[in-house]
Amino acid sequence: MTDAPRLRILVAKPGLDGHDRGAKIIARALRDAGIEVIYTGLHQTPEMIAEAAIQEDVDAIGLSILSGAHNTLFPAVIELIREKGGDDITIFGGGIIPEEDIPALKQAGVREIFTPGATTDRIVAWVRENVRPRS
Amino acid sequence: MSAQPRLVPPPSSKGPVRRFSTVSDMEIKECYGIEDLDGRDPALAIGRPGAFPYTRGIYPTMYRGRAWTMRQFAGFGTPRDTNERFKFLLAQGQTGLSTAFDMPTLMGYDADHERALGEVGREGTAVSTIDDMAELFDGIALDEVTTSMTVNCSASVILAMYFAVAERRGIPMTKLGGTIQNDMLKEFIAQKEWISPPAPSVRIIVDMIEFCTRHAPRFHPVSISGYHIREAGSTAVQEVAFTLADGIGYVQAAVERGLDVDAFAPRLSFFFNVHNDFLEEIAKLRAARRLWARLVRDRFGAENPRSLMLRTHAQTAGCSLTAQQPLNNIVRVAIQALAGVLGGVQSLHTNSMDETLALPSEQAVMVALRTQQIIAEESGVTNTVDPLGGSWAIEALTDRIEAEALDYIERIDRMGGIVRAIELGFPQKEIAEAAYRFQQQLDRGEKVMVGVNRYQADEKPTIDILRIHHEVEEKQAARVRAFKAARDQARVAARVGDVRAACRDGRNLMPFLIDAVRDGVTLGEICDVYRDEFGVYRDPAWL
Repeated sequence: MTDAPRLRILVAKPGLDGHDRGAKIIARALRDAGIEVIYTGLHQTPEMIAEAAIQEDVDAIGLSILSGAHNTLFPAVIELIREKGGDDITIFGGGIIPEEDIPALKQAGVREIFTPGATTDRIVAWVRENVRPRS
Repeated sequence: MSAQPRLVPPPSSKGPVRRFSTVSDMEIKECYGIEDLDGRDPALAIGRPGAFPYTRGIYPTMYRGRAWTMRQFAGFGTPRDTNERFKFLLAQGQTGLSTAFDMPTLMGYDADHERALGEVGREGTAVSTIDDMAELFDGIALDEVTTSMTVNCSASVILAMYFAVAERRGIPMTKLGGTIQNDMLKEFIAQKEWISPPAPSVRIIVDMIEFCTRHAPRFHPVSISGYHIREAGSTAVQEVAFTLADGIGYVQAAVERGLDVDAFAPRLSFFFNVHNDFLEEIAKLRAARRLWARLVRDRFGAENPRSLMLRTHAQTAGCSLTAQQPLNNIVRVAIQALAGVLGGVQSLHTNSMDETLALPSEQAVMVALRTQQIIAEESGVTNTVDPLGGSWAIEALTDRIEAEALDYIERIDRMGGIVRAIELGFPQKEIAEAAYRFQQQLDRGEKVMVGVNRYQADEKPTIDILRIHHEVEEKQAARVRAFKAARDQARVAARVGDVRAACRDGRNLMPFLIDAVRDGVTLGEICDVYRDEFGVYRDPAWL
């Protein structure tokens, strides 16, 4: 073990869809990897997610969405996070997200998008490599 | 598609002892024989087709008498877009309609609501008003085709709109045939689209069962669904157990309302998943039928044979499909559909190959429908009833799934019934556990998904997918705003008041809902009354 501070990650479900199988698996895999995980539960508005991220002082937010509303909701979350001074929170996401939507989402500030078939190991490794504790 | 397979051989059979198990991780023996049937004569245990306990099917002649209904789930964009898809599917030989609604409709928000932002018309079609419903079924003979509508917490409003549209066209409710999913218990367990807590949700469902039993006797007022339970990651046994436990919950609540079980149970229908594991799925459907027949007879004293019959729609497993090498999904769907047919379903939806990427394109839907037609008209499996009945492996698995599902149901009984079990998070946690276990097995390579963790290829999918443009949302929201502005506002307020009063005093909601939607009250407005009167359920967010 190193004495680096433990990472804190908010796993969040924006939008109205109830498909939480993926979000819960990722949350558990991150937790099993020794990361502190806060799970928002379903049907969160961008405001609720941004609020929770700031309040819980997380290092990253993992957004999961399977309703097709990612192009609206991911940028909305990012904008609110920035407004609240959370510019250095790393944002990643996953779900049913068509390949051609990914560049624009990355442009908007989503660092990485995981699509169906991504293994939990790969996601955990990516988080370890790319998320740094906020000072 | 130009996919270069990577030259990596599959793991050899040498090394640690291989486990042979189903998708649900049920261990399978090397060979089954009569000794696996506990000395019972299968001919006596399974009964005859069309006779108690219906292991072999609910009808004596099964598909020789009538093929299953080929019912492809469809819905996207505006009601007009979906109406066109319906007409296309009917023209291709589909025999029933099945409607997908978008997330705002499913969660009880109008298209112009703030929470609908980015979601309108994406996962299904947008219906906020009676005019939307009229457009959805424009030019379709509602007294000739049967219509399935997949909607739950706002189902009472959608059904009221359907009845009101039929009335506008002069079609009496007694002539309407179809199914509304309306299964809230599985929403709390698995699909997780809800408005109010379990108790008032069940009250609304019983209102609908009561109303349909009296006034729309050809309509199935609830479709007790295992599909979503399985998609959320359950095992086959859990799918049977939690679905039938939900069914028991509804029958119990309706009986407590004073309804005669033999008056409504014949109109209950089911909806199961058909996953990849061929033998397990066939056994699962047979086990579910037999267990339901026994439960309804023994627990509720039903005497009408039709009360004991588990009629079911099935859909191939969306969660089994892969975004990688999407054409492979055609093969998965064919195997699953064949299992559904050999398991004796009454109606079937076959998924399209592109559904892990987006809503299905017309071409993909066509292949999916043709898959069913090939099974029905070319494969020959429909010539005889339950052809796998009597197979030692199938019968042993059927027995085992039935016994293990009953064990779960008895655990739920001891908790105080399914509503209490849901409040405790029991089925939810069991499913999350199974889903996590499967993912770990997949990540370790113990379970295989071709193209995902074995036989991968470097590729970019090149199939065309259906895209829903943002204009749909603007158009639909504008349409709802214009509809709201043109109503008799005093009348609308009075109708909303009537619905609120019925929520409070316990009168059956359905007549009030039909009056309300006829006078222009919207889906969102009625669901707001539910939110006010019954409260809003929040996700306990168990991990």
